[in-house]
Amino acid sequence: MQITVNGCRHSITPGTGVAQLRAELKDDAAVILVNGRRCLDSTQLHAGDRVNLLGSSSSYSPTGFDAMLRERHGTEVQQRLQHACVGIAGAGGLGSNISIALARAGVGHLIIADHDVVELSNLHRQQYFIDQLDLPKVEALSHTLYRINPQIQLELRHMRVERSNTAAIFGSARIMVEAFDAADAKADLVQSWLHLYPERPIVAASGMAGFGSANSINTTAPFTNLYMCGDGRSAVETSGSLCAARVAVAANHQAHAVIRLLLGLDPVKDG
Amino acid sequence: MQITLNGKTHEIDSDCTIAGLIQMLNLKAEQVAVEHNRNIVMRTEFDSCVLNEGDRIEIVNFVGGG
Repeated sequence: MQITVNGCRHSITPGTGVAQLRAELKDDAAVILVNGRRCLDSTQLHAGDRVNLLGSSSSYSPTGFDAMLRERHGTEVQQRLQHACVGIAGAGGLGSNISIALARAGVGHLIIADHDVVELSNLHRQQYFIDQLDLPKVEALSHTLYRINPQIQLELRHMRVERSNTAAIFGSARIMVEAFDAADAKADLVQSWLHLYPERPIVAASGMAGFGSANSINTTAPFTNLYMCGDGRSAVETSGSLCAARVAVAANHQAHAVIRLLLGLDPVKDG
Repeated sequence: MQITLNGKTHEIDSDCTIAGLIQMLNLKAEQVAVEHNRNIVMRTEFDSCVLNEGDRIEIVNFVGGG
């Protein structure tokens, strides 16, 4: 039967378990993910499973990523990031880039919701890959995030975010990120979040289509606890298609605003 | 009467609602978020919320793309 191992198709005999696969392919793998989740050596494999064999025992330990970040950021900064819970609504061009930036920075807990599956038309700007076509975006993204930090805590919701389920999905997030595509969905989420949780910041985005200068994308604070990233005007309807680099500029403005908020810094200007 | 709209003084009619102001600005009600005297206003309240002299209004307009 067919499975996927580290992104490549692989044939195994039925009854093969994780331990046997590791012994055959990468006997120094320190972390094994099956369908995006860490698993035990006794786990049995099934047709269509996506397996990641990660790291080597000499260069990787389960707490290695955290230790590496403490060394670079300092313990105080790292503890704030590691203990944070951030909600991300939408896992497209903005949400996939934001999630990856926050995971790399060591943010410990992400809640990600999106109703879509990966399509070919996403690959020009979103952080997905050919071998992930037709997978729910939240699942495909989780595979990438676990490959960055196997210790990250992810809550994945493959569903449409609506006013009625916002609190149920994102209630434990202290900071919210709006990463939708449609203007009315963006406006709806900002309203419902600040209505539900006026004291919890939301970082939203508007205006990143086309090939305008990257320098016109910035971060502003128009309301109490609302931070806006983008140029505020370049709509996909009027400015043309979305380009990977410019969308990622806006996405990383959002991710960095989140990181500055977590560190008690003003996202708009240096103190 | 005068209000402060997005940080600038703005002249409007005395019985103007938030919905009226949004229309005057040629914006779409379903694509904006509004803060009225530092409180968020839900879209369902745009029609009924009448503005007063000296009110501070912030309107953020969202455009598509992400």
